[in-house]
Amino acid sequence: MLAYFLKRIVLAVPVLWGLTVIVFLIMAMIPGDPATAILGSYATPENVERLNRQLGLDRTLPEQYFIWLGNLLQGDFGRSYSLNRPVLNEVLERFNATLILAGASLLLCTVFGLLAGIVSAVRQFGWTDRIVTFFVLIGISMPSFWLGLLLILVFAVNLQWLPPSGMYAVYGGGDLADLLTHLLLPAVTLAVVATGVIARLTRASMLEVLRQDYIRTARAKGLSERRVIYRHAFKAALVGVIPVIGIQAGFVLGGAVYIETVFQWPGIGRMLVQAISTRDLLLVQGGVLVVAASYVLFNLLADMAQHALDPRLKS
Amino acid sequence: MTTATQTAAPDGRAKKGGRPGFFTLLVANRLAAFGLAVLVMLALTALLTPFLPLAPPDITNPANRLLRPLTDGHLLGTDELGRDLFSRLMWGTRVSIAVGLSATLVAAFVGSAIGLVAGYAGGRTDNVMMRGIDMLMAFPYILLALAIVAVLGPGLMNALYAIAVVNIPFFARNIRGVTLSLAHREFVDAARLSGKGHLRILLTEVLPNVLPVIVITMSTTVGWMILETAGLSFLGLGAQPPQADLGSMLGEGRKLLFTAPHVSIIPGLMIFALVMSINLVGDGIRDVLDPRLKSGALSRPAAATAVKRDNVPPMPVAPSEAALDVQDLRTEFRVGSDVYKAVSGVSFQLRERECLGLVGESGSGKSVTAMSLLGLVPTPPGRIAGGRVLYQNRDLLESSEADLRKMRGGAFAYIFQDPLSTLHPLFTVGDQVTEAIRAHQPLSYRDAWKRAVELLEMVRIPNAAERANAYPHELSGGMRQRIAIAMALANDAEILIADEPTTALDVTVQAQILKLMDALQDDKGAALLFITHDFGVVSEICDRVAVMYGGRIVETGPTDEVLNSPAHPYTRKLIDCVPVLGEPERRLDAISGLPPAVNRLPQGCAFADRCAYVEPACREGDVALEEQAQGRAVRCIKPLKAETPEAAQ
Ligand code: SF4
Repeated sequence: MLAYFLKRIVLAVPVLWGLTVIVFLIMAMIPGDPATAILGSYATPENVERLNRQLGLDRTLPEQYFIWLGNLLQGDFGRSYSLNRPVLNEVLERFNATLILAGASLLLCTVFGLLAGIVSAVRQFGWTDRIVTFFVLIGISMPSFWLGLLLILVFAVNLQWLPPSGMYAVYGGGDLADLLTHLLLPAVTLAVVATGVIARLTRASMLEVLRQDYIRTARAKGLSERRVIYRHAFKAALVGVIPVIGIQAGFVLGGAVYIETVFQWPGIGRMLVQAISTRDLLLVQGGVLVVAASYVLFNLLADMAQHALDPRLKS
Repeated sequence: MTTATQTAAPDGRAKKGGRPGFFTLLVANRLAAFGLAVLVMLALTALLTPFLPLAPPDITNPANRLLRPLTDGHLLGTDELGRDLFSRLMWGTRVSIAVGLSATLVAAFVGSAIGLVAGYAGGRTDNVMMRGIDMLMAFPYILLALAIVAVLGPGLMNALYAIAVVNIPFFARNIRGVTLSLAHREFVDAARLSGKGHLRILLTEVLPNVLPVIVITMSTTVGWMILETAGLSFLGLGAQPPQADLGSMLGEGRKLLFTAPHVSIIPGLMIFALVMSINLVGDGIRDVLDPRLKSGALSRPAAATAVKRDNVPPMPVAPSEAALDVQDLRTEFRVGSDVYKAVSGVSFQLRERECLGLVGESGSGKSVTAMSLLGLVPTPPGRIAGGRVLYQNRDLLESSEADLRKMRGGAFAYIFQDPLSTLHPLFTVGDQVTEAIRAHQPLSYRDAWKRAVELLEMVRIPNAAERANAYPHELSGGMRQRIAIAMALANDAEILIADEPTTALDVTVQAQILKLMDALQDDKGAALLFITHDFGVVSEICDRVAVMYGGRIVETGPTDEVLNSPAHPYTRKLIDCVPVLGEPERRLDAISGLPPAVNRLPQGCAFADRCAYVEPACREGDVALEEQAQGRAVRCIKPLKAETPEAAQ
């Protein structure tokens, strides 16, 4: 098992490397003079020249890439001109907030997606199933940024139960309870689509598993229906659902861009949108790299969880 | 086949001519039809917008700013510049649909091209291209689009390209898969031999076959693309003023959320309606294309088979001598309006300590008979339509689910074919035996585990204590079947039901398992119902046999007698199928012809179409199971005499 995990970790390295290649190539598509594009039109000539040297624009593309990669590996992601501080510091700070939001969302969508999927499969064609299926359909068709606005209107403006935006109260906030009240709406909004996807898949997976011969065996043993469903069927269904939870991590991390904008959550998604409008491309690049790398790690975790659960994959 | 109404579905339904068309099926799905109607309506209004008598969408009128919906002249009110929202909504929808569709077309074109080339070329080209696609998929979806927009600069066209690019992988992967399976088919090879160029082959031979996959992928991604382009506009990275799509209207209206929520809520509702209708249609298409949904194969089987009996034989007055007395059992499967009578009137008695063989080809109803006894036939589509299953003077078909559960694995134990699929792959075998014990005995997990190891020793598994920790896939087929037997013996069952327990095994292992079962059955004094298609196996272990064909018993009697002088032509053929050592050419792999479809059983003898002795009288009335001698009965109007020399053909 350990050997396998090590192998998987090693295998993630080329993927991470590929990410840098793609980001580098995208950045190389910048029309016009890259240094000016990266630093913005108000950049001083000295800065432009320094960046040009830093980017090694007089060299070939592969050379430029390796210089750039070398810098990344040393933690040098460049300097954000709009914030006037190192990109890496800003990105890591923001990433913290995103991780809290995305983590909470992933937790919500996993728990509720699995539950809804199981209930739906067990009560197939019954009312519960129909209601779940209906909400799943609505959930996956709903623009999350719009849902966020609706929730703000209802829970922050009309009912005034929860704060409409931000991560902490401006005055006197800062403790965990404060964070949680601010977290609830954005985390729920962000989780809706992924919950729907996971519920759908869990339902299909449960239905598939419930027709397997080993479920008939479990029944033939005289096990209670509850045990048949929650122990025998669920475990087998979960093996198929876990990789999808890993993929949902990507949608949650990406979707955070909208949700952070709607709820003014100080995370990396909102930073990216701001950086794009100020054309702070080094900041964009740093943010994209860090989020993409974390997505690779999420998938690695999902993969390991699947292996821990399914002994057949070991051999 | 001649029209047969006697045994066909009671409603005498006539087959309607031809299969219903794709569109008919789609519309029959109410939700999909609703989605389609909404979608068509939205698409039509978007097309017709320029011709509708709408207020100009971009004319500002500060005097009328932020009017509420339903004010005079402004159905949906106005925005902060006094522009008519209804008109802007119509025009915005038009833009959103156009952009979403264009992105879909671009993604479909590029992605399909990549998929076609990679799948067709194979080898290195394929490898390199698909690695690249994998790389794209390693990014969170929207993030990659953001990076592209960041570089190209905000704007509707750039958003369109960005969304198209991040959707290319879905097309490339799907299309590559199909192309790969087509690339070496005969018609492609033939085209290659005829000297056609690769490009022409791709376009004229491969592409037409791949087209449906492209269309399906488009229908599943177009909703997403509309949503995501709207999203980019919402963030201010797509449509730039004065140009407006639904997303940018929503984004601009957001600033007024507290004062005039309708400005942002209405465009959002439109996006929602659009995407939802597309998803409904997409789901409908998928359902129509997936025949498994119709057949009920995706239905969840209930805990016990449904029992809805039309004819129930009277309870016997005197208690039966037999351990198990099955009377006129009928089990059927209902798929759509077809009724498959898998078991139609089976009666037999299983006496104490005896082994009764239930023999027949697959489809003869022997397994369904066995599964019916304790309600293990999946419902839907199965149900028990008649008969009684008497055990200790009780009718098992009338017992509650809880009672059934006590019987299952308790007084009755099943042993199934192919333990690789019948044992749970994710639990250790020891755990599974332990669970069987604990389902019926109040033991702690640890004590039950000890007992499980003893059971494994009893079925002669070497290193039982250690093997108990193995998973099914780590054991050989023979070992797995021993585990299944151990599980069946866990609670000293009175009646063992073995469904082809040795079929998946090779001959030597088969012999060992049979010997083991024989010994254990003797030892435990249990009765054994042994289901098989193989008379060779029957001769080794069974005291009596009942031969099944077309859902009925056609012959029964003591094993020796039936083996030596089969009376039914079908029994005779089954016996001739048994390979004889040293005479490999005698092995007939199957009896010529197919067993009857149990939804259209012929009138008269079900075996008539395959019988060498058939005569017109065979097809006339129902052929009864007639007692020939003590303990022997046959369902044939002219049973074979003992030692008919030319019987085998
Ligand atoms: S009844 Fe007629 S057709 Fe049927 S098995 Fe006997 S001889 Fe053959």
